[in-house]
Amino acid sequence: MSNAHLLKPTFANHMRSNALFYVLLIGGAILMIGPFVWMVSTSLKVPGDQFDRRLIPARITLSNFPTAWELMGFSNLIWNSFKIAALSTIGQVLTCSMGAFVFAIVKFPGREFLFVLLLATLMVPHQMTIIPEFLIFRWLGLYGTAAPLYLPSFLGGAFGVFLLRQYFRTIPIELSEAARLDGASLFDIYWRIYLPLAVPALAALAIFSFMSSWNDLFSALIYLPSDLEKTTLPVGLSLFQKLYQGKWTIMMAAVLISVTPIMIAFFFVQKQFIQGLALTGIK
Amino acid sequence: MSEAGIRAKGRERIWIGILLFPTLLGLAVGALGSIAATFGLSFFDWDMFTPPQLVGLQNYVDLLSDRKFKKALFNSIAFSAMYVPATVILSLLVAVLLNRHVYGKSLFRLLFFLPVVTSPTAVGLVWSWIYSKDQGLLNSILGAMGMDPVYWLGSKMALYSVVVVNVWGAIGEGMIIFLAGLQAIPRDVYEASMLDGAGPVKQFFYITIPLLIPSIFFQTILSTINAFQAFDYIYILTKTAGGGSTVPTLVFNLYREGFNFFRMGNASAQAVVLAAMIMVLTLIYSHLQKKWGQ
Repeated sequence: MSNAHLLKPTFANHMRSNALFYVLLIGGAILMIGPFVWMVSTSLKVPGDQFDRRLIPARITLSNFPTAWELMGFSNLIWNSFKIAALSTIGQVLTCSMGAFVFAIVKFPGREFLFVLLLATLMVPHQMTIIPEFLIFRWLGLYGTAAPLYLPSFLGGAFGVFLLRQYFRTIPIELSEAARLDGASLFDIYWRIYLPLAVPALAALAIFSFMSSWNDLFSALIYLPSDLEKTTLPVGLSLFQKLYQGKWTIMMAAVLISVTPIMIAFFFVQKQFIQGLALTGIK
Repeated sequence: MSEAGIRAKGRERIWIGILLFPTLLGLAVGALGSIAATFGLSFFDWDMFTPPQLVGLQNYVDLLSDRKFKKALFNSIAFSAMYVPATVILSLLVAVLLNRHVYGKSLFRLLFFLPVVTSPTAVGLVWSWIYSKDQGLLNSILGAMGMDPVYWLGSKMALYSVVVVNVWGAIGEGMIIFLAGLQAIPRDVYEASMLDGAGPVKQFFYITIPLLIPSIFFQTILSTINAFQAFDYIYILTKTAGGGSTVPTLVFNLYREGFNFFRMGNASAQAVVLAAMIMVLTLIYSHLQKKWGQ
């Protein structure tokens, strides 16, 4: 008789021979989500219980959420952050796709040189350009308004152009050549062929732009007045930290409210997001 | 390189200009122009209220004897020296674990990735609660074991505490880059080596690592750039009541000088030093990659 049954990868056999790997993975995963679990746990506690070290609160309350919402003027912060992130996203998707389309399929002298130059700017730290950027916006009279937080997104960007160009180049060029024979202009090809076919890549870029804008602390610190009326969510949270020191249950409720929209959004688009990220790593 | 592509004829060339205009404006003004302007400003003394004064290299000379700057430079270098290897090694480890046949693979991937998408400011507040001197999670665990509380975010420990949080926040991104690299390694290479009697450890060091060198370099460069620019967690976790920090890094110091004290010349000189360091490191890495890549 054969011993084939011994090789059959049953669940138990798999677990036995891979136990070490699962221990490492589960241990790692606990460390990764530990802070999130602790945040949820604290946000559900009665303020008096915040130091009781229990993972499951002894008394569960939801009252920290409305308290945090009111203290922080959350509706303002969320609206400000959303407005800026939405405009940044539109700017990036529109202008990066325009640039990427030209770099991907239109031939013109100097194209490779320009593209390499653009890519080289990926290595330049933001701090190297932030001071002149600040001076320009101040000169334009936009200091203190939200414009400096979204206007730069309407000027393309190396990351977005690179991401979309990689995707555009997987679309067969024959489609464009056929359209050209039918009299389509460059703009028609961009608008009617490339944009509709590149929806997954555009979605990935949209998510990247939205998240980086939504999470951006530095620009909001520099350009916006530090009051809860005008600023964005990240600065609002840092002000909250100063104002309500030690009130951990309310603070964790505020944090939970502020990360939930992004976590829900990410859950639905994780495939595109992760694929987009992987795309930038393969050269 | 690629010869595929279409050529615009006659009046149609205007579309190239229109489609490329935002990108080129961003490149010319936002990137190249701003870099030149930062360089230029670094030779001036300017507080934004009185007219700028040309001082030549004085800002750079001043940095050499500026204790705050030297401390910030030291902190940034120490931060990177810990953050970069830890991020690269841990995210590679997670990727290798997840590249096997594993139950719940996509759940694990999601959990490891969560810190990448959530706002560092928000999650930083959670960490400030965990690290809190007064009965934060860590200190209350220490207390339960009969040990003295540690001032995790004080000037002695803050550097290490902040590195831990930044690495924690970056593992997910590195994992994705390495997973993409691992999936590009053909299966039959492993099968062939198994026939030659190589075990998993040998396979890891003689196949996985050499074939993954491009991803490792990419991730190292990316982590280095991120390390020198790290700001959010440092701001949230180490900011003191007076507006300073218990571990001021280069970026933090630059933010203070430029946007709190409006010493634009000094801040520009610091930005140039920061950019130069990143550039030199990137060049060294790509030189090494060429040497070891083949």
